[in-house]
Amino acid sequence: MSWRTIAWRKTLESTLIPFGAILVGLLLFGVFCAVAGANPFAVYGSIWKSAFGKWSTFQNTLIRAAPLMLSALCTALPARLGLVIIGNEGALVMGGLAAVSIGLAIGTAAPPLMVQIAMGLAGMAAGGIWIAFAGALRHYRAVNETISSLLLNYIAIALLNHLVGGPMRDPSSLNKPSSYPLAAVNMLGTIPGTRVHWGLVYGLIACIIAYVLIQRTTFGFAARTAGGNIRAARIAGLPVGQLTLIICFLAGSCAGLAGMVEVAAVQGSVNESLNVGYGYGGILVAFAARHNPIAAIFMALLVGGILASGGSLQRTHGLPDATVLVFQGLVFLVVLYSDSLYGRFSFFKEKPQLVAPPSPPPSPGQESVIVS
Amino acid sequence: MRLHLSRRQVIRGLLATTAFGATVKLGTGCAASSSDTVATDDQPITLGFIYVGPKDDYGYNQAHAEGAAQIESKFSWVKLSEEANVPETTAVAESMRSMIDSDGAQVLFPTSFGYFDPHILKLATEYPEVQFFHCGGLYQEGVHPKNVGSYYGYIDEAQYVAGIVAGLTSKTGKLGFIAAKPIPQVLRNINSYTLGARSVKPSTTTQVIFTGNWAEPIKEAEATNSMVDQGIDVVTCHVDSPKVVMETAEKRSIFCTGYHANQSALAPKGYLTGAEWDWANLYAQIAEDVKAGKTLTEGGIPHLLRGGLKDGFCKVSDYGLAVSSEAKQAADEAKAKLMDGRLVIYKGEIKDNTGAVVVAANEELKQLDPKLESMNYLVEGVLGSVGS
Repeated sequence: MSWRTIAWRKTLESTLIPFGAILVGLLLFGVFCAVAGANPFAVYGSIWKSAFGKWSTFQNTLIRAAPLMLSALCTALPARLGLVIIGNEGALVMGGLAAVSIGLAIGTAAPPLMVQIAMGLAGMAAGGIWIAFAGALRHYRAVNETISSLLLNYIAIALLNHLVGGPMRDPSSLNKPSSYPLAAVNMLGTIPGTRVHWGLVYGLIACIIAYVLIQRTTFGFAARTAGGNIRAARIAGLPVGQLTLIICFLAGSCAGLAGMVEVAAVQGSVNESLNVGYGYGGILVAFAARHNPIAAIFMALLVGGILASGGSLQRTHGLPDATVLVFQGLVFLVVLYSDSLYGRFSFFKEKPQLVAPPSPPPSPGQESVIVS
Repeated sequence: MRLHLSRRQVIRGLLATTAFGATVKLGTGCAASSSDTVATDDQPITLGFIYVGPKDDYGYNQAHAEGAAQIESKFSWVKLSEEANVPETTAVAESMRSMIDSDGAQVLFPTSFGYFDPHILKLATEYPEVQFFHCGGLYQEGVHPKNVGSYYGYIDEAQYVAGIVAGLTSKTGKLGFIAAKPIPQVLRNINSYTLGARSVKPSTTTQVIFTGNWAEPIKEAEATNSMVDQGIDVVTCHVDSPKVVMETAEKRSIFCTGYHANQSALAPKGYLTGAEWDWANLYAQIAEDVKAGKTLTEGGIPHLLRGGLKDGFCKVSDYGLAVSSEAKQAADEAKAKLMDGRLVIYKGEIKDNTGAVVVAANEELKQLDPKLESMNYLVEGVLGSVGS
């Protein structure tokens, strides 16, 4: 009986606090708009209309959210293990590079579905190995994983620029160096009846799998234990090194898949447009979602919606182009700050009488133990 | 309670409403048609402009935004729909779609080079009635949709003139060029600048540094500083926003020549002149053509629009305070010759900086020559290399 009540209050807490935070963010943004000379209520109206209002505009949000879901997992998964990985951009770039390499190598020698699967696997493997490398450095050499994964981003981007400017360059791409284009039949299509590419479905599936893996399996339990207290996990006999490598590989493979989707569904070849910040956007999404893969879906939709509304803010309200970044920044600041509010409201707390044992034997000194 | 109506009443009522409806319809019909004939002169035409960076970057995007703003103030019937900071991803496809669907844009100018393939091509097939003009000169007859056009200017003519001013102003004979990538468009500017400088002072050299990307403010500042330390006393650049280069040059008290837009406000002492885009002429021309009912699809507007100083696609900034009268005279003379076609920049014999002949002795490569479009060398006098 009692655990039900507690779960209900906890769920309410973890829903109301982020929503409240977003509302406060909107309020602050309204003040900003008023100062910038726009009517805040009209601005709210256009944000709603251009992000979620109509099916056509909601697709815009979905298109922008798709890569963020996959890239967010690259930060969210290792975070459960206590690692702060920010190498999303690098893993995404490596995934895109590997996918195009495989796609071009096979060409039209195999049926398109096979080529697409091969490209997906190649992208996942490349991204996975990239982040697993950061995990290995952490485990075997005690290199700070945040710094190493950040630096790996620069290496990946440099490698991308080198390859598309040199060995992989299509000589006909004169003024924007690119690889040779993928064969049109090997491109990923759109979900029937929409203009949203399949990356959205991959993102949703990956987030759900990640959630189940972390929350509902012994493997996930082991990872969370190691994330909670690494020494306790070692004493309990958990293979911490193995866990680190596997989780990092899975995390990187999600970002790698995002890179594959970007080249196989959008760009058609690999060039500098692969490196436009989906990785960094994913970090924000992961933190705002408190590293919960299901929450990451909704956060990705929120960010996608914010980005989708950027155009109408500029066009109908004459606000500067950086407004959308201000909006995004405000929402994230407030969401991150709201993290410190958990447990502060007595309403969401489990009632003490539910925890207290029914009939404690009256002896001095016992009370204080109960309270703790 | 029931309502009792005789058949006669019902018929009368129906007749009355029909008549009322008909007259009202007729009335509005008349009003609409008459206002149509009145309004043809200032029926607004919505033009959509998309920029890859901010509109006030003192560079590539500002040049386009200034052109757009000028036609908006020139023609009362032009309505602008503008979006800045749009990356070359699905974001630009969504922006174009929204401009067409929500703002009713009939003509789009997605200005960044990377918007073309696949984004513009995809949207152009989806919206065949909308005209797409892309800056970069990539259109190929028969390959790309009919409602797509390309425009680009030979701004290297203006760079040649700026090179003359730089060459005659430099005391050390060493010029600096900070460039993003070794691609044909950029190489052509570096080469024309150097050829201009060496046409008046053959011993001049141009040190080139490639930063690797279009917006690398830190590397651009470092490159400028290291050039000053090497004794270079005039710098210019080909990056998206020349702001940092110009400001650093001014801070280090050397001269600079601008690119893309007018940067004299950033370097009031050292700004000599610059190669600027002048899109207002072209944009006004296109807007008037569209207004007159011409389209790309029907061939009323050519698919490839190109031009240099003569056609008003680009211009040379007003000379700064430090420019001598001798330099002004030499630059104006070259400008006049370029405009009437007496001067061809790529006229043999030209060697590259490894000693190989790239333009033969009696060869003349005019601006339209496709050989210039795939330039992959640096001319003699340029210090640096193309290989990455």
